[in-house]
Amino acid sequence: MQPKNERPNYGKVFLTFASNSLVRDMTFRTNFVLQCVSSVGWTMMNVGFYLILFQYTNSIGADSGWDQDKFFLFLATTWFINSVVQAFFMPNAEEFSELIRTGGLDFALLKPIDTQFLISFRKVDWSSLSNFLAGLVIAGISLYNLANRATNPMTPSAISILLYIVFLFCGIAMMYSLMICLSATSVWLGRNQTLYNFWFYITNFSRYPMEMYDRGWGKPLYGFFTFIIPVLLVVNVPARLIAKPIDPRTLDEQLLVGWALAATLLSIFVSRWVFYRALSSYRSASS
Amino acid sequence: MRFLPIVTQIFLWLAVFDSIEASRGNSTATIGGFGFKEIVAYYLLTMVARAFSSMPGLASGIAKQIREGEIKRYLIQPIDLIGFLLINRVAHKFAYYVIAIAPFSLVFFMCRHYFENGWPDAITIAAFILSLGMGFLIGFFLEATIGMIGFWFLEVSSLLFVYMLFSFFLSGHMFPLSLLPDNIEVFVNFLPLKYLAYFPAAIFLGKIPKEELAFELTVEACWLVFFVVLCRWTYARGVKRYSGFGG
Repeated sequence: MQPKNERPNYGKVFLTFASNSLVRDMTFRTNFVLQCVSSVGWTMMNVGFYLILFQYTNSIGADSGWDQDKFFLFLATTWFINSVVQAFFMPNAEEFSELIRTGGLDFALLKPIDTQFLISFRKVDWSSLSNFLAGLVIAGISLYNLANRATNPMTPSAISILLYIVFLFCGIAMMYSLMICLSATSVWLGRNQTLYNFWFYITNFSRYPMEMYDRGWGKPLYGFFTFIIPVLLVVNVPARLIAKPIDPRTLDEQLLVGWALAATLLSIFVSRWVFYRALSSYRSASS
Repeated sequence: MRFLPIVTQIFLWLAVFDSIEASRGNSTATIGGFGFKEIVAYYLLTMVARAFSSMPGLASGIAKQIREGEIKRYLIQPIDLIGFLLINRVAHKFAYYVIAIAPFSLVFFMCRHYFENGWPDAITIAAFILSLGMGFLIGFFLEATIGMIGFWFLEVSSLLFVYMLFSFFLSGHMFPLSLLPDNIEVFVNFLPLKYLAYFPAAIFLGKIPKEELAFELTVEACWLVFFVVLCRWTYARGVKRYSGFGG
């Protein structure tokens, strides 16, 4: 026998979780297909809505540069991030609240593996990744249109694509941290059924270009959701990197990108801290 | 909390109207017959309409009762399932909104400047209230009918999700239906889903011409009768098909 204090192989454990979930999804194949279809349906409705919107206007916000093609690139970014969050973290966060309420968390605490890892990655909702594909289609079409249109054609450079991918991951990490913090609150509240609503209301702000809040009574919101709960950075920073030429950038924009990086690290640390605070207040449940 | 999405909507439309006005050079742009303030007022009013017409858990509850056999209760007791659920729903809505009227009025008071024309006249208000009431009933019988599908397919949750998607889009909850391209709008106007959100709000904002109010309300009443009959009929057919097992 090997000595037992060996570090578990996290990659392998994650792959096992993922394949188990896939097996479970494939057991009810029709249900899986229906779930995919309905989430793509939701995407189509959003696309439909924005197409209608762009019938009436040529950009979101005067002189903001978010014209139809660029906004759809923004939308695709939202879709990438949300689909990953929904596929990997959403089912687990929901389960976490339930584990706390029922006392099932005891078993997770006993396992010889990092508890946060175990709680965060146990389930994968594969059907949500269909929206990732939908995002790819939207991004593909809008990049094509952007490159081939008559006025201001644009192709993103290699470096902007690279940065885009890096900041997609940052966005995902920020969303993940927020979700862990929210679901950890169920330790103190006993039950947190409004989790999903709360999540929806907060992330709702991230779905649009951030400059649109930067006016009048939106300024406090703009500040709050940029610096305290950085949901505005999640989609905006990567989308901006790919949708606008990389070179002439103002200092503000460069600072924003830097802040996004810092905010990612900070939010990961804060979420881990909140998670462990929550665990230390956990008092099991009678069975 | 449920008012937060309105905030993002306000900013979105503010940005949209900004760019329309910048490109056209005038300051009173309207799209689909709605100016900026009217759109915000519209979203607020659809929340009222949805407060009446949304039926969380109704269809899935009926399907669950069918699946788990609880429906037997209504077959052997002298209680009518649909009537029971309807009264239940009325009581629930009443209790909920007696409390919720406070935040609702606060938000409306804070947003009163979006209602440029102030209160509409008495006839419009009467029509608005009537359409809210009928919206509630249409919402109830429509969802109950979907729940009855549970007699045929035991699991209706995915079907329900598809219905919710369509109703979100086509009831006018997402945006005013008059923004739709004309050829689609004609078609959507024939659907009953608009009574769940768009129609009451449009009445309040005076988007339905006075002469047509009576006619439109009659059409709505016909839809209501249609769904009452459909709901009863599917229930009767479903009960015939139903077989209860176990205890």
